[in-house]
Amino acid sequence: MKIIVCIKQVPETQEIRLDPITHTLQREGVKSIINPFDLYALEEGLRVRERQGGSVTVLSMGPPQAVETLREALTYGADGAVLLSDRAFAGADTWATAYTLARGISKLGGADLILCGKQAIDGDTAQVGPELAAFLELPYVAWARKLTFVESEVLQMERLLDHGYDGIEVRLPALITVVKEINEPRVPSFKAKLRAKSQKIPVLGLQDLELDQNQVGLPGSFTQVVKVFPPPARGERELWEGAPNELAQRLWTRLQKLKIG
Amino acid sequence: MDYLLTEEQQMLQELATQIAEERIKPVRAELDEEERFPTEIVQDLAQADLFGVIIPEAYGGLGLGCLENCLVLEALSQACVGVATTYAASFLGAYPILLFGSEAQKGQYLPELARGDKLAAFALTESQAGSDAGGIQTVAVKDGDAYVLNGTKQWITNAGEAETYTVIAITDRAKGARGASAFIVESSDPGLSFGKKEKKMGIRSSATREIIFQNCRIPANRRLGKEGQGFIIALKTLDYSRPGVGALAVGLAQGALEESVHFARQRHQFGTSIISFQAIQHMLADMATEIEAARALLYAVARYIDSQPKDFTKQSAMAKLFPTDVAMRVTTDAVQILAGHGYM
Amino acid sequence: MAIIVDLDKCTACGLCVEACPFGVLRLEGERLIIGDGCNLCGACVEVCEFGALALPATAAPEPRPEVPPDGIWVFAEQRHGRLAPVALELLGEARRLAEILRVPVSAVLFGHQIHDLATELTAAGADKVYVVDHPRLAEFLEEPYAQALIELARRCQPEIILAGATYPGRAFIPRVAAALDTGLTADCTAFDLDLEKRLLLQTRPAFGGNIMATIVTPRSFPQMATVRPRVMKRLAPQPERNGQVVPVQVAALDEPGKSRFLQTVAEITETVPLGEAEVIVAGGRGLQDGKHFSLLEELAELLGGAIGATRGAVDAGWISYPHQIGQTGKTVAPKLYMACGISGAAQHLVGIQSSDFIVAINSDPQAPIFQIADVGLVGDLFEIIPALIQEIKASR
Repeated sequence: MKIIVCIKQVPETQEIRLDPITHTLQREGVKSIINPFDLYALEEGLRVRERQGGSVTVLSMGPPQAVETLREALTYGADGAVLLSDRAFAGADTWATAYTLARGISKLGGADLILCGKQAIDGDTAQVGPELAAFLELPYVAWARKLTFVESEVLQMERLLDHGYDGIEVRLPALITVVKEINEPRVPSFKAKLRAKSQKIPVLGLQDLELDQNQVGLPGSFTQVVKVFPPPARGERELWEGAPNELAQRLWTRLQKLKIG
Repeated sequence: MDYLLTEEQQMLQELATQIAEERIKPVRAELDEEERFPTEIVQDLAQADLFGVIIPEAYGGLGLGCLENCLVLEALSQACVGVATTYAASFLGAYPILLFGSEAQKGQYLPELARGDKLAAFALTESQAGSDAGGIQTVAVKDGDAYVLNGTKQWITNAGEAETYTVIAITDRAKGARGASAFIVESSDPGLSFGKKEKKMGIRSSATREIIFQNCRIPANRRLGKEGQGFIIALKTLDYSRPGVGALAVGLAQGALEESVHFARQRHQFGTSIISFQAIQHMLADMATEIEAARALLYAVARYIDSQPKDFTKQSAMAKLFPTDVAMRVTTDAVQILAGHGYM
Repeated sequence: MAIIVDLDKCTACGLCVEACPFGVLRLEGERLIIGDGCNLCGACVEVCEFGALALPATAAPEPRPEVPPDGIWVFAEQRHGRLAPVALELLGEARRLAEILRVPVSAVLFGHQIHDLATELTAAGADKVYVVDHPRLAEFLEEPYAQALIELARRCQPEIILAGATYPGRAFIPRVAAALDTGLTADCTAFDLDLEKRLLLQTRPAFGGNIMATIVTPRSFPQMATVRPRVMKRLAPQPERNGQVVPVQVAALDEPGKSRFLQTVAEITETVPLGEAEVIVAGGRGLQDGKHFSLLEELAELLGGAIGATRGAVDAGWISYPHQIGQTGKTVAPKLYMACGISGAAQHLVGIQSSDFIVAINSDPQAPIFQIADVGLVGDLFEIIPALIQEIKASR
C-alpha cells in the first residue's frame, strides 16, 4: 500500500499575538511546527502501514525551510519525504496549493491512500484536502475518526458530522482527512531521528513538476487577499470578587441586559 | 553551560525533553496523586527507543554509554522523578545481565528490554540488608537442574510491573558475602509473588513492592556468572548505576529551580514581583550554582566511566552523593520560594 | 514570486516592516529584505508612502468572464427533512446582497423526498428553489453532493454560491470550487460588495482569530464562500412570498459512486449543536470530575445553550470529542461563552475569541482566561453556578 500524507509547516499560532499598538502580528521567535492535525494523519498513515504493509511518504509544499518539517515527520517513522518548493509557488491560495500538490503526487506515481489533517491551524480553511481530491479525481471523505480495512482496497470509516458519526465505505485509491479523535500520535524514535538526519529529501520546483507559472502561486490563485486587519477589540475586562450569591446576582443582571437567557 | 555534547547526544536529550514536556508534564500531578504506574509513558519511551540507550546495538539497543543514559534520566526527571525512577530502575535490573550475562542470557533478555517490551528490576534490598549485602536472608538452593529460592526482598522498584528480575540470593551461607549469587527470575516463575504496593512520600508514580519467593523454582541456567559472584555483581551494578541517581537528582533540582523562577516572576507582593527581592535572588543564585556544579561533576564522572577505567567506585559514589544533596537543598529552597503555593 | 521593491523610491522608513502581518520583512541597513514566507498579502504595499512596493503582476491576467446570469445561490443544507439554521441565515444575507446587485436568490436543496422544504426556503428569501431529489442524496456524502452541485452550477451559471461552514459544507464545497476552477473563501463572517468591480468582499478570521482578512475572487465565477453559522441574520419568514420550485435531474447521480453511506453509528445527543448555539457553557479541568458536567448541563438548559469542553476535560474522558473547543477541536462564536473551571490555555482561547461575550469563572485570579473574559468571576464554580441557576429560576 502506497500512502502519502500531506503536511504543512505552520507557525505555532497560539503564540502569535497582535501588537496592541501597531496591530501587527508579533511573530518574532515563533516556532514553526508540523500542523498539529497533520500529525494525526501521519500517525494514521503509519498505523495503516503497520497493518497493511507498504510505505508512507510525507509531502509538503512550502518555502525551503519547510524541509525541516518534513525531516521532523521522518523522525516519527515515515519512509520518505518530498518537498515542493519554488519561489513561483509563493502566494498560493488553497486552489493553487492543491493544484501543485496534485501534480506532485502524480509525479510520485500516485498513491493508494492519501491522508490529510482536517485543516491547518494558520489558515483554518480545510480546503486543500478536498480540492486535492478533486484534481486527482479521487473519492474523498472528510473528518474520519476511525479507519478499518474490510478488504485490501475497501476502507470503512466513521466520520464526524454535526449530528454525530456516520459510517462510510470507500474504495481505494481515495483521499481521507482525519480529526484528532482518530488516534494518539506516537513520539519520535531515536533511530528514526538518526536516519532522518542524513536522509535525502528531494525538492521539486516548477520545472520538475512541469507546471506553468500561471498555474501556481499568486497568478494561479483564484482568490486574492485585499486587506488584513485586526479583529475588533474587545471591551474593558472586569474582574469580580465577592460572595457567590452576589456574583451570581450581578452576572444574571448583566446577562439579561445583554438579552441572553 | 555548554558541555560540548555531540550532535547525537543533543538529539537524545532533545527527544527525552520532548517526551518530558509533551507526555509527562501534562499527567505528572495526576500520576503522583493517584499513585498510578505510568504505563503509557513507558510505551512512549519504548517507541522512542530510549529503553535501549545502554544496551549494545547487537542486542537491538543504541549502544551508548553512561553519559547518554544520564542525559536522558536528567531530562525525564526534570518533569517527574517518579516516572524517571521507573525508567532508571529498568536499567538497574538490566545491568547485571549486560555486565555478567552469558551470550545466551544476553541474547534472550536484552533485546526485549531494549525494545521496552519488558521492564526489568533489580532485587537486592531486604529488611535486614541493603547496602550490607552480607546480611541477605534470601536463599537459593541448588536442586538438580534448578535453583529453589526462598525469602523476601523489600522496596523493589518496578516489582509487580517488571517481567525480568535480577535477584541476589545466598547460595552458601558459610561464605558470608562471598556466598551470594545472582539470578534472573521471570515474573511468571512459580513461587514468585508480590507484596502490596508501598505508599511513599514521593516518586509515587513509581511502583515499589516486596518480592516474595516461596519455593520459587527456576532453571539453573538463569544464574548470572558463577556461584558466589553475586556480591561482585551487585557492587558492579551499583557502580554503574549510581551516576544515574545523580542524574535524577540534577533533573529534579533543575525542575524545581525552573518552577521557582517562574513563580518568583509571576508572584507580586508589595507592588512588585518577588524575583526583584534580593533575598529571593540570593536563593535562586545559590540553587542555580549548586545545580551547575552537580551537573558538571556528574557529566565528568559519566565521561570518565565511559572511558572504561578499571575502578571507579569512588567517582561513581561522588556522582550520586553531591547531586542528591544538592537536590535536597534546592527543593527545600523551592518550597520556601513558592511558600504556601509550594505546599498546597 | 515576491513583492517588487523599487529601491530608488524606498527610503528604508520601516513602515512596511511594521505593517507586515507575517513578519517576513526586515531592514538590513538601508536595504529592505523580503524573507521567505511572504504570501503576497499586500499589507506592505498599502502602507508604503513612497510607492516603492508593488505586488508582482499576475502574469497575463485573463479578462474576467462575463457576469453569469443566475444570481446568488444558497446551499440549503438539510438532514432528514430539517433545514440547517445556517441555510435560512444565508438566505437573509443573500437577499441583502441581491437587492444591491439586482439579481435573483436561489436556494439549492439536495436530499431525498424533501420537496416540502421548498416553501420554507421561499419564505426565508429564495426566489427560486432548485431541488435535486435522489436516493443517493438522502444522507450527506461528499461525492454525490459535489457531483450534483458541480453539474447544476455548470448548467445554470450562478454569480455567487454561499454555503454554511458546517461539517458537510466544509467537506464538499471545496471540491466543487476546484472542479469549477474558481476560488473559495472558508468560514466567512462578513460580506460586502465592491460595486465598481462587482466583487464580493469576503471577510474571515485567520490565525486562530488573531487577524481578519478580506478576500476576493477577481477573475472567475462563481464567487464561492462558506459562512459561519450564527453570524448572518435570517429574515422574518414571509409565507406569502412566491417562489419558483425547479426540480432538477443530475445524470451523474445514476452512476454508482466509489463511496457509500453505511449507517449513522452514533448520534450526538444534544439538542443544540455547538456550532449553532447562541450560548455555550464550557467546562475544563476545574470541574474535577466528569459527573460535574451535569451542573453545566443544568445551566445550559436554562440558557438554551450547548455544552463545550476543553481538551483537558476531553482527554480525561469526561466528555466526548465533539464537545471540544479550541485549536484541535471546534472554533465557536456564540453570543455568550461561559468558561467554567477553565484556566485558559492559549490553544483553548483561539477557539473562543470570536465570541460576543465571555464570562469566566475560576478560583485562580491569575488564570489566563481572565485576560480574555469580558467578565471574570473569581471564586468557586461549585458555589457560583448553583447560585446562578437559582437566580435564573427565581427570576422566571
